[in-house]
Formats: sequence, structure tokens, C-alpha cells
Amino acid sequence: MDLLSRTATCNSHGQESSYFLGWEEYEKNPYDVVKNPHGIIQMGLAENQLCFDLLESWLIQNPDAASFKRDGQSIFRELALFQDYHGLSSFKNALADFMSEIRQNRVSFDSNNLVLTAGATSANETLMFCLANPGDAFLLPTPYYPGFDRDLKWRTGVEIVPIQCSSSNGFRITKLALEEAYEQAKKLNLNVKGVLITNPSNPLGTTTTQAELNILFEFISKNKNIHLVSDEIYSGTAFSSSEFISVMEILKNNQLENNEVFNRVHIVYSLSKDLGLPGFRVGAIYSNDKDVISAATKMSSFGLVSSQTQYLLSSLLSDKKFTKNYLRENQSRLKSRQRMLVTGLEAIGIGCLKSNAGLFCWVDMRHLLSSKTFEAEMDLWKKIVYEVKLNISPGSSCHCEEPGWFRACFANMSEETLKLALKRLKKFVDNGILPRSCQVGESQSLKSSRKKTTMTTVSNWVFRLSFHDRDAEER
Amino acid sequence: MKQLSTKVTSNGHGQDSSYFLGWEEYEKNPYDEIKNPNGMIQMGLAENQLCFDLIESWLAKNPDAASLKRNGQSIFKELALFQDYHGMPEFKKAMAEFMEEIRGNRVTFNPKKIVLAAGSTSANETLMFCLAEPGDAFLLPTPYYPGFDRDLKWRTGAEIVPIHCSSSNGFQITESALQQAYQQAHKLGLKVKGVLVTNPSNPLGTALTRRELNLLVDFITSKNIHLISDEIYSGTMFGFEQFISVMDVLKDKKLENTDVSKRVHVVYSLSKDLGLPGFRVGAIYSNDDMIVSAATKMSSFGLVSSQTQYLLSALLSDKKFTSQYLEENQKRLKSRQKRLVSGLESAGITCLRSNAGLFCWVDMRHLLDTNTFEAELDLWKKIVYNVKLNISPGSSCHCTEPGWFRVCFANMSEDTLDLALKRLKTFVESTDCGRMISRSSHERLKSLRKKTVSNWVFRVSWSDRVPDER
Repeated sequence: MDLLSRTATCNSHGQESSYFLGWEEYEKNPYDVVKNPHGIIQMGLAENQLCFDLLESWLIQNPDAASFKRDGQSIFRELALFQDYHGLSSFKNALADFMSEIRQNRVSFDSNNLVLTAGATSANETLMFCLANPGDAFLLPTPYYPGFDRDLKWRTGVEIVPIQCSSSNGFRITKLALEEAYEQAKKLNLNVKGVLITNPSNPLGTTTTQAELNILFEFISKNKNIHLVSDEIYSGTAFSSSEFISVMEILKNNQLENNEVFNRVHIVYSLSKDLGLPGFRVGAIYSNDKDVISAATKMSSFGLVSSQTQYLLSSLLSDKKFTKNYLRENQSRLKSRQRMLVTGLEAIGIGCLKSNAGLFCWVDMRHLLSSKTFEAEMDLWKKIVYEVKLNISPGSSCHCEEPGWFRACFANMSEETLKLALKRLKKFVDNGILPRSCQVGESQSLKSSRKKTTMTTVSNWVFRLSFHDRDAEER
Repeated sequence: MKQLSTKVTSNGHGQDSSYFLGWEEYEKNPYDEIKNPNGMIQMGLAENQLCFDLIESWLAKNPDAASLKRNGQSIFKELALFQDYHGMPEFKKAMAEFMEEIRGNRVTFNPKKIVLAAGSTSANETLMFCLAEPGDAFLLPTPYYPGFDRDLKWRTGAEIVPIHCSSSNGFQITESALQQAYQQAHKLGLKVKGVLVTNPSNPLGTALTRRELNLLVDFITSKNIHLISDEIYSGTMFGFEQFISVMDVLKDKKLENTDVSKRVHVVYSLSKDLGLPGFRVGAIYSNDDMIVSAATKMSSFGLVSSQTQYLLSALLSDKKFTSQYLEENQKRLKSRQKRLVSGLESAGITCLRSNAGLFCWVDMRHLLDTNTFEAELDLWKKIVYNVKLNISPGSSCHCTEPGWFRVCFANMSEDTLDLALKRLKTFVESTDCGRMISRSSHERLKSLRKKTVSNWVFRVSWSDRVPDER
């Protein structure tokens, strides 16, 4: 139908139908401890559900914040009318302070350099519109969050060229991989406008090391047209604050404030993971480049944060007693929950990449593959979805170049549910995995879709109208 | 600045710096009844401030909605986690019913065909991404909302070709104007993908007539293109006539479930009818499943806060409230518009006869030195600097005739409106208007005068406060 734009219609091919299957199966049969104890346990959702009690208790003690009141007086009108794309200054100040606090005040953030957006999804897309033209490329280390294929490329026309990382060194970014990606982009005739990393990483759950940051900074110092975007959405989930190093710290420690590279480093943030508030749509871009801030501010018109939400959260984050306690408690609970998953997996003979952050583990199931192929990875994944009844994310959906890795989330369920998930997995592994013996009752259509997934590049922006189009929105 | 995209760097020219001056002057010297009674009165902001008392009283009686509770129980966790781009079903149902109510329940809206967006700013841009390729054009009747230059064109690469409307027939859309615009697009080598109208119109304050709507539907049928009807002001209709939506016309022409109906889309928002621009609630309504599907995915880039969806689903589900609100809103808007119109009349100034909106389209052609846009800008500067009223010059709305201004009436108290009218009357009655501008500001502003005024403003060195509001 040429009545719709190419943007709207282009992705009807190149989908990863198997990825949807996991979601569909979960939706058809979701686990519920009382109503559906044999249902599928959702382990593909990177949500932080561990600290709602802290938030709810704060809300009870501070009823004004949600009720449009300030010191008992109604400010409803003021908030109803507030649509300034510069954002509520009390909120930006509180957010800037919160970001500094997460970094143990080793760096500070100026609220004038902050642009609010409707979630990090909006922030990332907006940054692409500001930094790149259609056909330009950004380099991203693999594995990476599947949503980036949509967020960075879809409407912007920007391309992603992967920086291939491998398990041989814990998926760390190497100078060689970075240069190879750069060369590859050149071969494809793409103008590289920047590098985008997620730090801490999704799906790895690891903080970017000093060595990796040095490599990245060396690269962008050498190539003066290249930007560095650091999506630090998981910064508050680092189990130990001292292990998280922000790109802003590198700029400060290397005294680069007066160096032109200062203007080419940008941060993306959000309250969706650290505070567990994805529904409230709070994201931000931080940049030292005034032109980027100015343009991004104007673009934020297309995705402003509700003033109702800005006000609530400015109250919450201005409460330093709360934020201090929250950050500490959050880290502690996440660490403990990760431990539970890791030891549980170990007991089954399954290892994980050693992680120190995030809401998930990068799980090594290579030894459970029938062959070292993505086809085998898909086979294993389907078994885990249909038989073990766990929805986890296959590494191929994250553009991992080695088959056999899976992302398993641990912070979006209760302890009991996690224990049950591990129990089910143990049973499955103990019973032995023989691909031949496990006919999952696949229909012919699945068999043929399996062929598609052997492609080495798997397109993840999914636009499949005939499927129930529930997309894995969440990271 | 080759390091940034052309989207960022290309609009450094083509700004309307004079338009900014009004805003700057207001910001420097805003009117306050007590603290700054001689300050500038803001009449360039299409906000609806007339019915907050109704909403506040509802909130006081229904505290759960804002406090993230349902039947006294906290649902904070559920809302905090809700980020489904399909939107909250209760909210979409309430929106659909509200939209039906505004249209006298003559047409129905299926909640499944609603896509929520962060304001109609987001809705309009998203629709462009879905319907147009870079370089494709949409036809828009002039005068139109200045923000469209940014919303429809900036990141999408789409173009706007104006359908010229004139005061000779009350700025109504004519068949010949439509055809001319279509031909003009072709001359420019642009593929026309559709027509976009705002109904009721901003800045005219008039609802489209049935004749115009029939014309539009016939036109898009014959050209096989889309029709977007931005009905953001549908709940501000206060005239004796009923608001006729494009959906009414599809029904009356028995075009429901046809190919044509799939090419008609409605944009809505709660920013004007309910006066809640800060909450960022917009919507796209389409009969085309593919568009609903694509727009839904695109809405990821501008979802409505679940906290806000919940509050407003409770508010709009209260039918007693909505029916009382709509009736009272219309009453107050009508009364306020009357006050402005008669006040202007007593100053010898007429308006286009309006029956909707939060503003009047004011005819100041007789106050121009010459029938030029230069003279319009001169007059505008006098009104800003001397009369101390910030109103919007017609050129900023792409009006083809100089001398028209949009003046808002619903964003201030009655007393402030009376004061504004008093000041204007004094100004008009004074004989030597020309000498009131000081020489220095005159010289400075002379250099900023441009014949064609481009409205997408991107001027980094200026304080970049843009009138985001319509």
C-alpha cells in the first residue's frame, strides 16, 4: 500500500518471529502463584520490582506530592498549564543531584545541561536526530539491547555497525574490535558519527571498565568527528557505586573540560530501571554541547514528561534522606537477588558472566546446545519456553555473535518465583537435553522460520501485523 | 558545525525573530495585577484557564485518582510498571467516550483504533512519519498554527503547501484554492500525500462548515490521498451550530468501512478542551489498522505517563462530570469571547465571526499604514511595546493578507481582559500612533523585518523560549 510511508511499512520482513513466540506463550499462559502455578515465568523483562515498598512508604509519608499540593496548597493549575520544554527546574535540579549521588558525587551535573524526555527510548532517538543524518552510522558493542534497532535506526535512518565482543575476554570492548567496526562501516560506505555504549551493560550486567573507557576515549580523541553516547540507565543498579565509572568521570579525571572532546560526550539517563518506574516515562539527555542541548530541548516537544509526574518525582528526589537510603537498599537487594540466581544456576552446572550490575545475568548455556549454532540456540530457547516454561531472552536477539548465551532477569519477580524458576530449570537439565527426544510439537511454520534465524544478522525491529503485536517494550 | 546533524544546523536561518520579541518582552515584563499592573498582558497563549475550578472540585471529591489508589487500595506498583504502548484500556475507553460525547454521540469511536501520544504535537508528527516520505507534501489551509512548521516538517522531512484562504469569504476553504494548492505542489515537484485541517480552526476560531468538509472528503477521494483532521479544539465549540466532525461527514455520506474512511484520521488532545497541556495527552484515531499498528509502535517515543492516564481515566469515566464540564466550558468560553468581541467593537475593531476556540481572529487592517506585512509588523511592535499586549501577528500563521491578528481570551481573568481592551481602546483612539515608538527600537527592529516570515524558529543565540503552546 503506497499510501503509507516506507517507514511505516518497511519492517514487515526481517522479523524474529521466534522472539515473539516467547512473549506470546507468556501472554497465553502467565505464571501466577495462586491462579496458574504451572504457567510461564517471565524472565525476559528487565524490570526492577525490588524496592516498591520504599517508594510506597515515601508516598504515604508525603501525600502532597501526588495530590498536586505544595505545603498543603493546591498547585494543580500551575502544573496543568506547565508545558515548558525546559522542564520543571525543581525536577531537573533534583534529577541532576540524583545522578551525581549515584556517582558518589565524584562528578556533578548541571541541570542546564539536562533535557527531559519521555523515557530513555525518546532520549536515544532524539540524540540520534541531533548527532546523525540518515545513512550515518553509530558503532555499538555486541551484545546490545534489541530495542536499539528501533530506537536508534527506525525513524532516524541511522545505521548500527556492531563492535563484535566475545566471551574470550568477558565480552570486553577491545581496540581491535573497535577499529574493525570502524573499517567495516567505511567498507559499507557509512559515515561513522559516534559510538554508543550502555554502561552498565544490557544484557551483560557488567560495568564498563577503566581500560575500555580509555580505549573509547582514545578512539574519539583521534577521530574528532565522532561522538560518544553513554546510556547510563542502569547506573543506579551497580551493586557497588565505586565500581561504576561514568564517562563524565573520565572527562573530569583527564581534565578534558577545555578540550573539544568535552562537547562530544553525552549521557542518557532514565528512572525506569533504578527507580523501577518505566510507566512514568522519565528520561534525560545530558550534554556539555550547548547546541545539542538547544536542539534536543526543542525536539523534546515530541515527548515531554507529564508535569504531574515531574512534580511527584521532584519531591521524591529532593528528599536526600530518601535517595540515600533508597540507593543503598536498592543496591543491596539487587546484589542479593543476583547472588540467588547465580548460585542457583551454578548448582545446575550453568555459569554466568561475572556481573556487578543490572537486573539480569548473562547466562552461559553453550554446553546445553546440540551444536554450536544459532539454530541450536533457538531450539534450546524454544524448549526453555515451551517445556521449562521460562521466558528468557536468546543471545541472538541481542546480536551476540556466539550462540548459547541467554539473558535471564532476576529483579522482576518474588524470591519464591525465582526459586521455582531455578527448580524447573534444574529438573530440565537433570533430565538431560537430547534435541532428538524433545519434539516440542512444532508446526511446519516454525520449522521454516527456524531457517530464517540461521542468518548471521538478525533484524530485531519487529513489525508483524498478523501477530498479536505485543512488543517486548521493556529492556 | 559539521559534527551535528543537518536537522540541528539547517534552521539557523529563516526564523521569525520579531515573533520572539513579543515573547521576550512578555518574559521581561509580565503583567501581574498586584506586582506589575503596567506589565505586558499575554494574549498570545491559547490556553483554557476558565474551568479549573470544576476539575479541582472533582479532584477534591475523588482523591484516589491522583493518589494512585483504586477503591482505597494502592495501585502504585501496577502503574509504575505499566508501559504498554497500547495504552491503558480504561483510559482509551474513557477517551473514546469523551470524544463521542463532544460529538453529541452521533458517531462512535472504537478504543482499539485510538493511539495515545505525548500531546497532539507528538500525534501529528507521528502521523506524518506514517503517511509521508521525506519530500512528500501535505496541503494546509492558511492561516494555520505556526507550530505545524515544526511538528509536521522538521524531523520528518515532509513539506507543507498552503491552501490560500482569504477574508473575502471568511477564510473558508474553496475548491479552487484546494486545486491550486495541489497544482502548486506538483509544480514544486512534490508528491501530495494528504490534506491537514484543524477543525475548529486555529487561529480562526471557526468550525469547518459542512460544505467545506464535503469538499475535503470529495477531494481526497478523487486524489486518493489522506485527510487529517486535528480536532483538538472540538470541545471548545460554543456557537449555536453543532460541531461537525469529519467523522460525522463520513457517516452522513455513508462512507464508513470504505477505502476512503481508511484515509481519514483524527487527532485529538486534552490540552485545550480540558486545559491540561502540561499532562501531555494526545491521540490519533484511524480506521486503518496498519496505521494504528505503526503509530502504536511509534508512540514508544512519546508515551503518556501511566500516572496521568490513570488520573484522567477516572476523571473522564465520570459521565456526570464530563457532561457538566462540557456544558459549563462552552458557556464560559462563549461569554468570554463575547466580552472580547464587544470590547473590540467599542474600539472600532472587528473580528471574524467565530463559534469556537480560545481566541478571536481580529481584523486590524484599518490600523495599518500600508497594506503590507511590513506595516503589520510595525503595528504589532507598537501593540507589544506601547500597548503592552502580546498578540500573534497573522504573518506568523502564514496568512496571505496583512492586518489580521490572533487574540486569546481564555488564558486570563475577566478583569485582565477588560484592562487589555481598555489599553487597546486608548491606543486606537490616540491619533499619532507612529510617533510612539522610540527611534532606537525602531532602527533595531527595521533590520529584522523580512517579507516572508518563516515560522520554525531555531535561534540558538536568543533565549530559546519558544511559544510551545498553540
